[in-house]
Amino acid sequence: MTEALRLDGIRAGRLGAEDLARNFDDLHAPLTGHEALIAADRCYFCHDAPCVTACPTDIDIPMFIRQIATGMEDAAAKTIFDQNILGGMCARVCPTETLCEEVCVREVAEGKPVEIGRLQRFATDAMMAEGEHPYTRAAETGKSVAVVGAGPAGLACAHRLAMHGHSVTLYDARPKAGGLNEYGIAAYKTVDGYAQAEVDWLMQIGGISLKTGRTLGDSLTLAALRDDYDAVFLGIGLGGVGALGLEGEGMTGAENAVDFIATLRQTADLTQLPVGRHVVVIGGGMTAVDAAVQSKLLGAETVTIAYRRDQDRMPASRYEQDLAATHGVRLMFGVVPAALRGEGQLREVELSYVDGDMKPTGETVTLRADQLFRAIGQKLEAVEGLSLDSGKIAVDTEGKTSLDGVWAGGDCAAGGEDLTVTAVAEGRDAAEAIHRALST
Amino acid sequence: MADLTTDFLGIKSPNPFWLASAPPTDKEYNVRRAFEAGWGGVVWKTLGAEGPPVVNVNGPRYGVIHGADRRVLGLNNIELITDRDLETNLEEITRVKKDWPDRALIVSIMVPCEEAAWKDILPRVEATGADGIELNFGCPHGMSERGMGSAVGQVPEYIEMVTRWCKQYYSKPVIVKLTPNITDIRKPAEAARKGGADAVSLINTINSIVSVDLDTMSPHPSIDGKGTHGGYCGPAVKPIALSMVSEIARAPATHGMPISGIGGVTTWRDAAEFITMGCGNVQVCTAAMTYGFKVVQEMIAGLSRWMDEKGHESIADFMGAAVPNTTDWQYLNLNYIAKAKIDQDACISCGRCYAACEDTSHQAIAMSEDRTFSVIDEECVACNLCVEVCPVENCISMVPMEAGTTDPRTGKVVQDDYANWTTHPNNPGAVAAE
Ligand SMILES: Cc1cc2nc3c(=O)[nH]c(=O)nc-3n(C[C@H](O)[C@H](O)[C@H](O)COP(=O)(O)OP(=O)(O)OC[C@H]3O[C@@H](n4cnc5c(N)ncnc54)[C@H](O)[C@@H]3O)c2cc1C
Ligand SMILES: Cc1cc2nc3c(=O)[nH]c(=O)nc-3n(C[C@H](O)[C@H](O)[C@H](O)COP(=O)(O)O)c2cc1C
Ligand code: SF4
Repeated sequence: MTEALRLDGIRAGRLGAEDLARNFDDLHAPLTGHEALIAADRCYFCHDAPCVTACPTDIDIPMFIRQIATGMEDAAAKTIFDQNILGGMCARVCPTETLCEEVCVREVAEGKPVEIGRLQRFATDAMMAEGEHPYTRAAETGKSVAVVGAGPAGLACAHRLAMHGHSVTLYDARPKAGGLNEYGIAAYKTVDGYAQAEVDWLMQIGGISLKTGRTLGDSLTLAALRDDYDAVFLGIGLGGVGALGLEGEGMTGAENAVDFIATLRQTADLTQLPVGRHVVVIGGGMTAVDAAVQSKLLGAETVTIAYRRDQDRMPASRYEQDLAATHGVRLMFGVVPAALRGEGQLREVELSYVDGDMKPTGETVTLRADQLFRAIGQKLEAVEGLSLDSGKIAVDTEGKTSLDGVWAGGDCAAGGEDLTVTAVAEGRDAAEAIHRALST
Repeated sequence: MADLTTDFLGIKSPNPFWLASAPPTDKEYNVRRAFEAGWGGVVWKTLGAEGPPVVNVNGPRYGVIHGADRRVLGLNNIELITDRDLETNLEEITRVKKDWPDRALIVSIMVPCEEAAWKDILPRVEATGADGIELNFGCPHGMSERGMGSAVGQVPEYIEMVTRWCKQYYSKPVIVKLTPNITDIRKPAEAARKGGADAVSLINTINSIVSVDLDTMSPHPSIDGKGTHGGYCGPAVKPIALSMVSEIARAPATHGMPISGIGGVTTWRDAAEFITMGCGNVQVCTAAMTYGFKVVQEMIAGLSRWMDEKGHESIADFMGAAVPNTTDWQYLNLNYIAKAKIDQDACISCGRCYAACEDTSHQAIAMSEDRTFSVIDEECVACNLCVEVCPVENCISMVPMEAGTTDPRTGKVVQDDYANWTTHPNNPGAVAAE
């Protein structure tokens, strides 16, 4: 096996199926019933709990934990889903270390928070395993809403609208629903086809008709949607990826991190997925970490994350950074790519050290690189007719855009962090706003 | 090193930790291993009269109240007295006592309330060489339906009568084990003393049903779909036992009577507390049944260290030390005024004190925007609820007010002297203070 690891270039099969299965197993094993009871017992049931305030969807965390503690995980799941219909995915992917668990009084006191994320997963998994969907639709209102984008924002919005009795058509450009849950999130955070299982479970509400392979700006226009539906919600995420602006970016091996990850997520047999012997990732967010860690798990020999600022400013949380480091990824700070070298196939990346003001210090370093991933942020692919705010769709506090009858939420809309949970909150709140607008 | 040896009714044991009469002491094998582990004495599992032994159920005997991590907090049992042959038990007792002369070995007995039954068994027990007997007037289930156990323990006249028989037909110390399933524990203790008992031991188990199976609708433990009340013991019963012990220690009619403390003794600390409340030793059952015989080593080491730290050379040095400080409510000093104080450095801002005081107490805790919690002295009655619900030990404390200062709640100056309810103006039956 070491032989395959030492072959230059971008190759499949660096590791065998067993190693890959182990590497891409659940990052955090689910809690057993007894473990959950012990974990739940650590919750103090705080008054006006800080964790609830920190959760973008305002889940009543002490309540659901108490429900677990009293042996009622189904009641706990309902408490979670009431606020966050994708509570199962959020339990897996939320950076809890910068959200609920960061402000847990036990984190503050002992550096050991209540394991809110894992407890949330325990409860939501229990209900989903039983196949129970705890909501029913209100009577048909006769109103119809187009939701464009079936990522977390669109799904949360569609579910809430359907619950209120509106009939929803959910469009997505991709062949599968789920958005980045299906095409972006690290594989070891959402194993066993969880994203699709969750979509199927969510659709049990009824009243949502999913139409995949339909792209706004291509087979769909905003004008037509506004004509055909009583309201439109846009949850189209950020489709564009910025270029580095270097010569040679067209060489084989220079790729977008999100494309690499999407391919990985859609590859059933990871022994068939090629990866470089030496990988360099440009960027400093969650995408950079995920691309780097998963390259390493596929069998890359050296993986380096090259981030342009210092460590404290890195968007990936310290927890994510540690995750990368413990997987053997090297983190470099204060470096920018200066040149790509190779003939047709990338071989080397030259990095230039920069100071606090991003000015090159004159010092450079050259790294071997069969593969380079751009993870320097995604951007909105503009939608005609909508006002923008710092490169994203401008919205008011309820998610309403500059166009009448059009709402937006999730990554494509201005404000809020680019997180699954934020997208869910915005989709849900926009649905409530649409419902209010359609009810008057 | 502190001296842990005890002399209880002239019975010597190397430490005050005895195993209570129960499954841990039901046979020679157990008792030998208990002594090897370090137990100072045992009270042999209760013997019944000659003849076919009692039978136990052939299904589950126990039910438990668990903590979150399945820590045993309370144990319920529906076991009867020994279901082994009397002669076998007596032979084993004789052998064990011979091999372990330095340990206390007491024989627990429960036979029908007839003089003949006692007259019959006592000489046979005497012949074993055991150090004394304990009369089981306590078991609340099964045996009580047959007019024994707590059925006797609930009638002081019977206690007195049976105790007298025992003193008549047996020459060594007689301990009367009391049932807590009674309104006033002082009455049976007094009866035991009148009958000539050398000591009382308490408590036996408390009537209990620990849970109901919500599917089968049967109490737990369930025997073929039906359950019955059992006897409750373990950590949960300690406060009840300690209170009952204190009443006997304080009552003029029983004051000074030797007491063997039983009920929820789980650590050295529990034992120390029972001894301060007047017990000459303690008996343990549930802790041994949960963790095995080895726990006694923690108890011995802990008690010994604590005594060293406090400068107590022997058990007698602190025995009964808390009794004079245990009084009736009416004698508590109403001029003592305290206020809760929150240590802001220790506070982790969980807000439990706020929820408790705001919703269920005196609205005496303020919460700021930034989750700083502070006590409003104008409202605080010093009830201590916040202290007890705070998850951080010593974060909230009760600070007594200095005499001469003004209590902002009442506007009254704090008095230096002692004044209790008996002299309080609001008490219709108040007597004028001297
Ligand atoms: C690699 C990676 C890892 C991440 N890891 C985490 C993580 O661990 N935790 C976390 O909280 N967040 C993570 N995020 C961020 C998170 O995935 C996003 O914030 C979240 O998915 C945003 O949801 P959304 O619904 O707004 O957009 P998306 O999930 O991007 O969904 C948008 C949907 O719209 C569709 N669409 C786009 N354009 C059109 C169009 N023109 N017409 C029709 N349909 C269209 C897309 O196909 C897609 O299905 C990660 C992001 C990436 C890229
Ligand atoms: C299973 C079981 C059987 C018991 N059997 C007897 C008995 O035969 N005679 C007796 O006097 N007490 C019996 N007891 C009561 C114990 O001796 C003891 O008084 C009681 O358990 C309280 O002590 P603990 O809290 O340390 O367990 C029994 C207790 C248990 C749990
Ligand atoms: S002692 Fe009682 S009244 Fe005073 S602050 Fe605490 S809970 Fe409130």
